[in-house]
Amino acid sequence: MAAGRPGRALTMDGSWDAGAARIGPVAQPAPDTKVRGLVRRFGPTAVLDGLDIDIPAGRFVALLGRSGSGKTTLLRTLAGLDTAEQGEVILPPKRAVVFQEPRLMPWKRVWENVALGLPDHDARDRAELALREVELAHRMDAWPLTLSGGEAQRAGLARALVRDPDLLLLDEPFAALDALTRLRMQALVTALWKRHGMAALLVTHDVDEALLLADHAVVLQRGQIGLQLPIDLPRPRRHGTPAFAVLRGELLGSLGLSAEEAA
Amino acid sequence: MSEQVLNVAPPGAWRRGSTGIGAWLRRQEVSAPRLRGLGLRRFATPLGILILWQAASSSGVLPARAVPPPLAVVAAARDLLLSGALIHHLSVSLLRVAAGLAIAIAAGASLALAAGLSRLGEDLIDPPLQMARTLPFLALVPLFILWFGIGETPKVALVALGATFPIYLNLFAGIRGADPKLVEVAATLGLSRAGLIRHVVLPAALPHFLTGLRYAIGIAWLSLVVGEQINADSGIGYLMMDARDFLRTDIIMVGLAVYALLGLASDQAVRALERKALAWRPAARVGR
Ligand SMILES: Nc1ncnc2c1ncn2[C@@H]1O[C@H](COP(=O)(O)OP(=O)(O)OP(=O)(O)O)[C@@H](O)[C@H]1O
Ligand SMILES: [Mg+2]
Repeated sequence: MAAGRPGRALTMDGSWDAGAARIGPVAQPAPDTKVRGLVRRFGPTAVLDGLDIDIPAGRFVALLGRSGSGKTTLLRTLAGLDTAEQGEVILPPKRAVVFQEPRLMPWKRVWENVALGLPDHDARDRAELALREVELAHRMDAWPLTLSGGEAQRAGLARALVRDPDLLLLDEPFAALDALTRLRMQALVTALWKRHGMAALLVTHDVDEALLLADHAVVLQRGQIGLQLPIDLPRPRRHGTPAFAVLRGELLGSLGLSAEEAA
Repeated sequence: MSEQVLNVAPPGAWRRGSTGIGAWLRRQEVSAPRLRGLGLRRFATPLGILILWQAASSSGVLPARAVPPPLAVVAAARDLLLSGALIHHLSVSLLRVAAGLAIAIAAGASLALAAGLSRLGEDLIDPPLQMARTLPFLALVPLFILWFGIGETPKVALVALGATFPIYLNLFAGIRGADPKLVEVAATLGLSRAGLIRHVVLPAALPHFLTGLRYAIGIAWLSLVVGEQINADSGIGYLMMDARDFLRTDIIMVGLAVYALLGLASDQAVRALERKALAWRPAARVGR
């Protein structure tokens, strides 16, 4: 019943804990994420068609692309939830995922959700620390179904953080939130990323979000990375500066939109 | 046909009409708070029926031999209580149901776990159980008497057999129905298979198990009624059959009332269990 059974992968192993040890030797504590020639088909069409991508340790990469372009498929492959047919993937051992929906176990209290899978002895303390980081410590004993959408998503973030991941995978984590909450969550993720220094891959539809958060924006097109855009803006970043507008136009263009259409 | 429908419900009529969904919804809105405030109102109709019944009996409209007056039923209940007979037969019946249910829970849950958690288990266990459940199990009574005689065994076995199916079917469906999205989360959190079962699959199946338990209890009482009316020398069912031989309809009525109260009480017990075990559900959904 566990996701990610070994499939027909050449060098890939779908299972979660096989990690880098199985795929490539781990030189440093947190190796870069490297993907080469990844192919994933659903039926006759290849969703990922020889895709290469690098996520250097500590870097924040935003992944954009049209709906159905394969962003979630790529993220699931990196998360060990999906097995590619072909290709080579080198991953850091500790990865954590934040999904678009919070995906909390409704029968476990918030802190138990965060602590799930941790060794027992200090699980509650570690969960509390992580919840404090996302400003949710006061709700640690609540049932998940009583949380607001934003609170639930922060609990999901705490559950990922508490594992101290080398690579944080985020699949449109703010898409279902209102604009104000989304802004606060973006600031929160930036702060956490700076403090913890993990690599992050953020799937998003929102060009502005990518420009506010990421070191690199990459655009998925026809199963490959079509555009790689370094974002060299100083942090903290603001909307509307001229440099921001230039990058924004470039990203929108590669998504097939003009800046006027998006505004 | 379509003309008729148009005549009955012109566009938008359901909002205004006094019948149909719109009116029903409005009635729900209006009456729900009032009902909660005046809980006693719900007892008005049953009480009225009792009074009418007593009046009909007293005036001779209802022949006492066919339907005893309510006061006679109360008197019979008091006599049975004072003589200790009611307590004796009640405890025998309760014991039979408890034993049968315990066996059913153990058997139904083990089978559902084995079938739900492994494909091999499913292939071996599910087909025979799906076939067996279509059998009206009460028809097995003659066979059970031949196999187990006329002691406690056939009665407990009948309860156990009938109650096993709802436990098995609901728990099995609950295990298989665990949300694949949560199963994925468990994988990304590095849970082992045992951890997945303990933290995700079984808690997800618990509400289904409790639903199964409620059905099982209903079937258990039904099986007991049947089991106790055949070759029994104790139990509520025996009390009623014995009363039949002496044309004591009042005692039969007492038996019926006891069965009804037992069914009600056990249903309440499971609801209480649900409230406790499913405390994580928002309050409005518990017990629905
Ligand atoms: N399990 C599956 N079976 C069949 N087709 C699938 C499956 N998963 C994904 N696909 C298909 O693969 C393509 C890529 O899907 P994916 O979910 O990766 O897109 P996405 O880029 O995340 O889109 P969105 O932005 O809408 O979330 C889609 O056409 C989708 O229909
Ligand atoms: Mg997606």
